[in-house]
Amino acid sequence: MSDKFERAIASIKKNCDVIEAFDQLDQLQVLVSPENLVHLVDFVKNDESCQFRQLTDVAGVDFPERANRFDVIYHFLSFKWNFRLRIKTEINENGSLPSICSIFPAANWFEREAFDMYGIQFTDHPDLRRILTDYGFEGYPLRKDFPLTGNIEIRYDEMDKKIVYEPVKLQQDFRSFDIQSPWEGTKYLKGEESK
Amino acid sequence: MAINMQIEEHNDPELEKLKELYADKGFVVTSINNLINWARTGSLHWMTFGLACCAVEMMHVGTPRYDVERFGAAPRASPRHADVLIVAGTLTNKMAVALRKAYDQMPEPRYVISMGSCANGGGYYHYSYSVVRGCDRIIPVDVYVPGCPPTAEGLLYGLLQLQKKIRREGNIKR
Repeated sequence: MSDKFERAIASIKKNCDVIEAFDQLDQLQVLVSPENLVHLVDFVKNDESCQFRQLTDVAGVDFPERANRFDVIYHFLSFKWNFRLRIKTEINENGSLPSICSIFPAANWFEREAFDMYGIQFTDHPDLRRILTDYGFEGYPLRKDFPLTGNIEIRYDEMDKKIVYEPVKLQQDFRSFDIQSPWEGTKYLKGEESK
Repeated sequence: MAINMQIEEHNDPELEKLKELYADKGFVVTSINNLINWARTGSLHWMTFGLACCAVEMMHVGTPRYDVERFGAAPRASPRHADVLIVAGTLTNKMAVALRKAYDQMPEPRYVISMGSCANGGGYYHYSYSVVRGCDRIIPVDVYVPGCPPTAEGLLYGLLQLQKKIRREGNIKR
């Protein structure tokens, strides 16, 4: 572990209330609770030993078996010291997380995407609405309990002369490819067999 | 085919004048059907509807190597100028309304080429929650070009097939 990592870790641990801070695969990783997140982000942006001026990504991860269901992960890059930081925090399904838009404006759309895909609420976000999915979309598609094919599909109705939404009706069954044996054909799963 | 005009002898001065006009120059005969088909197939201006990687192949087809303009087809940025709509890429639920809107603005006769697996039937994203399982659920399609993505040659062949289809259709009103 190089000097810059040790310096940054010492500085973060001294000034912020974090759960853990360590070097993982040559990247700095910090675990923090939601209430201390904003102070930590503000600190690593401006601290001399950190200088993380760029927010690269905000991601969500779903672990349905955990009590705190979601991980929210922030990635930062320090131009000055040439290393990266990953901040992880956990929240439960009904919890909310403070927005870091006031510190990093780039977080605006990232947080909207996390909200769109996982339903994670960000407090004090200037404009928290869906960003990618269809207008009027229901559900959070990247949650593990969301069905792969979704709940609705669309087609153009010649009688009504407009696009209509209908419950999903798959014309093509799910397929399971056996990559172990190149000699046997595909075994199609039909109706009852697939359950 | 150019042939010399042969008109029976009349004393009509107007006809005499016409005879003078065409006697040395010759003329062409054709059926109105052939003329209309020639006009339709010779200027298939396409509406670019690039949605994914297929769009890159669609651009290639316009570049000098394949040069689709030698068949009279040129890209148009507006659906109101276009004769054929090339759906190049994955059509998502959110985009479907816009696709239909673009199609509705095209003047008759209009044709649609569905390009690539995604536009043909959802392709790789067939089971996705956000993708239309084939653009023929939204607009009627004339030619399906298979591939993921199809080569520029493939799309060019699809365009030639569309020309063939137009020639065989044989009716003026579509």
